[in-house]
Amino acid sequence: MNSVVCIAQVPDTEARIKIADGRRIDETGLKFIVSPYDEFALEEAIRVKEAKGGDVTVVSFGPDRVQQALRECLARGATKALHIKGESGSADALGIAKTLAAAIRSVPHDLLFFGKQGVGTDNSLVGPMVAELLGYPQLNVVTHLEVGEGKITAHREIEGAEEILEASMPAVITAQKGLNEPRYASLKGIMAAKKITIETKTLPDLGLQESDIHHQRVTVVALELPPEKSGGRKIDGGDAATAAKEILKYIREEAKAL
Amino acid sequence: MAGVVVFAEVKDGRLKKASREALSIGRKLAQTAGGDLVAFGVDRAAAEEAGRYGAKRLYVAPLTAYTTGPFTTALKQLVDQVKPSIVLLAGTSNGRDLAPRLAARLNVGVASDVDRLEWTGGKLRARRPVYSGKAFATVEVSSTPAMATTRPNAFTAEEAGGETAEVVQIAGPASDDKVKLIETKTAEAEELTIAEADIIVSGGRGLKEATNFSLIRDLAHAIGGAVGASRATVDAGWIDHQHQVGQTGRVVSPNLYIAAGVSGAIQHLAGMSSSEHIVAINKDPEAPIFRVADLGVVGDLFQIIPALTEAVKKAKAH
Repeated sequence: MNSVVCIAQVPDTEARIKIADGRRIDETGLKFIVSPYDEFALEEAIRVKEAKGGDVTVVSFGPDRVQQALRECLARGATKALHIKGESGSADALGIAKTLAAAIRSVPHDLLFFGKQGVGTDNSLVGPMVAELLGYPQLNVVTHLEVGEGKITAHREIEGAEEILEASMPAVITAQKGLNEPRYASLKGIMAAKKITIETKTLPDLGLQESDIHHQRVTVVALELPPEKSGGRKIDGGDAATAAKEILKYIREEAKAL
Repeated sequence: MAGVVVFAEVKDGRLKKASREALSIGRKLAQTAGGDLVAFGVDRAAAEEAGRYGAKRLYVAPLTAYTTGPFTTALKQLVDQVKPSIVLLAGTSNGRDLAPRLAARLNVGVASDVDRLEWTGGKLRARRPVYSGKAFATVEVSSTPAMATTRPNAFTAEEAGGETAEVVQIAGPASDDKVKLIETKTAEAEELTIAEADIIVSGGRGLKEATNFSLIRDLAHAIGGAVGASRATVDAGWIDHQHQVGQTGRVVSPNLYIAAGVSGAIQHLAGMSSSEHIVAINKDPEAPIFRVADLGVVGDLFQIIPALTEAVKKAKAH
């Protein structure tokens, strides 16, 4: 049972975002991490490998810094890594999906894992787009997965409910928090990862036209920070009844919520 | 033919609020982009309501429960037939599942989770929160059609007083042999979800233990809101992840957000600071949550929340 896990490297969620030239984030001094939802995707793929054997190939499209993220995934238990070099920041979600789909075609796979969204760009688009480009079923926002013979069963989170879906393989799964508890890299894992060569490819290697990937369909024309909130009134809540009365007054008169 | 197509989802016989919002902004876009606002759905009973929100026609596919494949095929057929300038989907679970699949099939661009939309210079211009609201990106979708998913609660649902939409039956796609919906399990109490709620009452680590979430639930219930939670409480296993507000949870923008015992980590603030009205209750006067609160109350939530719940109940009884 072979799995591919597509990962995105994103700014640390603790980081403050600064803007460069009004269009993109300033990467100076910014710490990058594996997108948190991708960690659940990776963990699930490793568990499938541990139960059924096979490879876990991590794939990422981006500048050279993404090799660090791929290395971290290898340390946690992925067995192969593929880096598609390019400025993923100037590609829209479909451009990224086309790139990943083209790369995945040459990697043996039964299951394709993604995080349900890349934390930061927060698009939630790439996984289902890859599913469409490859003609696979998609199981989106998955909190539980069972891999059987030739088919999988997944629990999908929807508003106030949960769907149980059954799909044939190959299939695309996008991971939600709660799917599992991701492991940390062990020292042994870190040492073993150093011996694995990260394969690299370019867009032309994949038979793709740069012009179909970059600056197409959806382009960012401006990036700005939200207006700084100054904080409002602060009151002493020492007396609970008085505080409750004040809050109620605010809710009724200003929020007009009752 | 141009115009705007909106995926109109129905729940319990009514259009979902998020779909009404998408129709409302879709109607405005149709005024500038030209053409009609039309709706796509699976329930002809929605025609009257869709009409009130400005839809001229409701295209009905002979489908029932949502699954990706048949819905994509049906909506693709409709787009090929109507040739709209814009396709909008509400950012519900289904909308977010369907939009990327359809966009890839049409080879077009989609802007996700947008909170502003305008048609300008023959392109769809959208604003979307990125980095969980730490920044806002303005994007231009230049493909035809241009697609977007709308963030729930970001647009106002406004009736346009239109006639019942004309129902047009469209052909049914073949059934999907790759995915089968086995079962839908509804949460026991039919809890209101944070994504669409107008009011959210959130609890943080200040609650001290899992059972104290009952204080938050009681207030949420009394006030008619949804229960939110900080990441720390979810990670501690006090409450399910569906309730988590913030960068690895949901980014929300309700009319009223009440945070009790939430200190206000940067990820949490990113997820809720665009709420219209924010009340924070925390015993630490230096808690970062007070920086975004319109009304900050420095005090003991174990005293204040029950008192507030009682006050709300009394106010409602009158």
